[in-house]
Amino acid sequence: MAKITYITKSGETFEYEATSGNLMELAVKNKVPGIDGDCGGVCSCATCHVHVAPEFYGKLDAPSEIESDMLEFDDNVSEYSRLCCQIPVSDLVDGIKVEVAN
Amino acid sequence: MEKRTSDKTCVIIGASHAGANCVMELRKQGWQGRIILIDADAHIPYHRPPLSKAYLSMDDGADFNPLFDKERYREEDITLKLGHTVTSVDSGSRSIILDDGTSISYDALVLATGASALIPPIEGLSACDKVRVLRNAADAKAIQSDFKAAKNKRVVVIGGGYIGLETAASLKKMGGDVRVLEREERILARVAPRELAQFFQKLHTENGVRIHTGVSVRKVRETSEGITVICTDGSTYKADFILVGTGVRPNVFLAEQMGADLENGIKVNDQLQTAVEGVWAIGDVAQFYHPRYKKWMRLESVQNAVDQAKVVASNITGSPKVYDALPWFWSDQFHVKLQMVGLSAGYTDLVVRTETDREDCFSIWYFKNNELLAVDAVNNGKAFVLGTKFVKNKTLVDKKKLGDSTIPFKPNVLMKKESNVD
Ligand SMILES: Cc1cc2nc3c(=O)[nH]c(=O)nc-3n(C[C@H](O)[C@H](O)[C@H](O)COP(=O)(O)OP(=O)(O)OC[C@H]3O[C@@H](n4cnc5c(N)ncnc54)[C@H](O)[C@@H]3O)c2cc1C
Ligand code: FES
Repeated sequence: MAKITYITKSGETFEYEATSGNLMELAVKNKVPGIDGDCGGVCSCATCHVHVAPEFYGKLDAPSEIESDMLEFDDNVSEYSRLCCQIPVSDLVDGIKVEVAN
Repeated sequence: MEKRTSDKTCVIIGASHAGANCVMELRKQGWQGRIILIDADAHIPYHRPPLSKAYLSMDDGADFNPLFDKERYREEDITLKLGHTVTSVDSGSRSIILDDGTSISYDALVLATGASALIPPIEGLSACDKVRVLRNAADAKAIQSDFKAAKNKRVVVIGGGYIGLETAASLKKMGGDVRVLEREERILARVAPRELAQFFQKLHTENGVRIHTGVSVRKVRETSEGITVICTDGSTYKADFILVGTGVRPNVFLAEQMGADLENGIKVNDQLQTAVEGVWAIGDVAQFYHPRYKKWMRLESVQNAVDQAKVVASNITGSPKVYDALPWFWSDQFHVKLQMVGLSAGYTDLVVRTETDREDCFSIWYFKNNELLAVDAVNNGKAFVLGTKFVKNKTLVDKKKLGDSTIPFKPNVLMKKESNVD
């Protein structure tokens, strides 16, 4: 069981617990504004862009080449940017906070 | 703005990318009345793209990736009628009839009936019981079980479009002996330029898929030994089963019954309204006028289905919007991700940009004189994202620099200094 917190552009906070899936699926399921997940989580659309809290960023597996590519020129990119469909829910991310980028 | 809709009913026929997104958007945008979502398919509405990609190699009984969880429909108070076909519509009395005889009245009706795979009129093809198409969950399951049962794992794919090629790649990865037969002189003939088709032909060939172009299938014969595919040039191919990927036909039957305008799909205006009052059409079935391109078109993509769902919901809830979204699309085959943005039709020249420091990483940029129309990016998310911005903003691009792979791929470097195209 992992606790995940999303902070939207307008500053609203959404907190959920989950055991499976990925951070995009969890957000879409709960209607977190700004995360659409149009491609279904295959790194094709960049509608799931978040900024991961710095203390968690390094704990995650490094992004794939295609994910880094998609982020490089996306709006509001930062050094903590990730496409959250590529972050699986696991104990590793228990307590993670992510800010919705767009 | 009329938002008091609590006593009204919106019926949506077709619960795939267009229909399922439409019902969620209706709630989001304030529709307070009843929402009834109907589909002949009994599965909770699911993503279609994985069917030809990851799904085929998954375990038996793996779930289809739902567009929304079952609970979400409950939370949003949406009545799901899955496993029911709508057999007729009466636009006079504003009601539809289901296969079990139930009649449902509507105030607004959305046709999101999509398209069905075509089986071309080839002798012996439709009579052969080892012929598959790939459009929905049942099709994917059937292909999975045919493949499992196939003694020699020989698959003949008729048609070298995206679905044919993606399925060929998936079955090859699973150990199949796969051939693709394409009638045109090259694969992807209707949907991609030569440069891209050549790349995919090479990709498939290197991975062991045999592609035969310029080959027309004349006849299919099924015996106890298996299937023989006989082509007009005399060549024959043995198969355990056949996958047909020769295109689709929009499901316009209900619209036709109502007397809506039809022309390769259901004709809708720029607000996605059909010629019949209170009736809308979205997704693969809709033939719409795209103001950006000043052209009628019908698109088959997730983007188009999702974006039209948003616009139609806005129009039904009383905030009129015109559909003017920039088209984009993707396809995954072997280790290659293709991403396309814009429409390249009518281009006068193209620039191929190759990233020499990476394998199989390039992009094709289509111009109409100086205007960037579209970008096809191969394993190159940077080109896709930047291309999207450039097309959207009508940015002038320096073609010389773009085509020179020694020049860094950076927005400021590639942009021409004089603002934009118009
Ligand atoms: C295998 C496959 C792979 C794809 N890959 C990609 C991809 O990588 N990228 C991409 O952008 N697009 C892809 N697409 C295209 C994309 O999936 C379609 O554009 C999208 O599904 C269109 O959605 P739709 O809701 O308009 O229509 P459809 O998905 O065709 O759904 C229409 C629904 O209407 C129902 N229906 C029709 N008539 C009736 C009736 N009378 N009564 C009840 N129900 C009815 C049908 O059962 C069906 O479920 C792929 C499609 C397929 C099939
Ligand atoms: S959902 Fe499309 S890239 Fe994450």
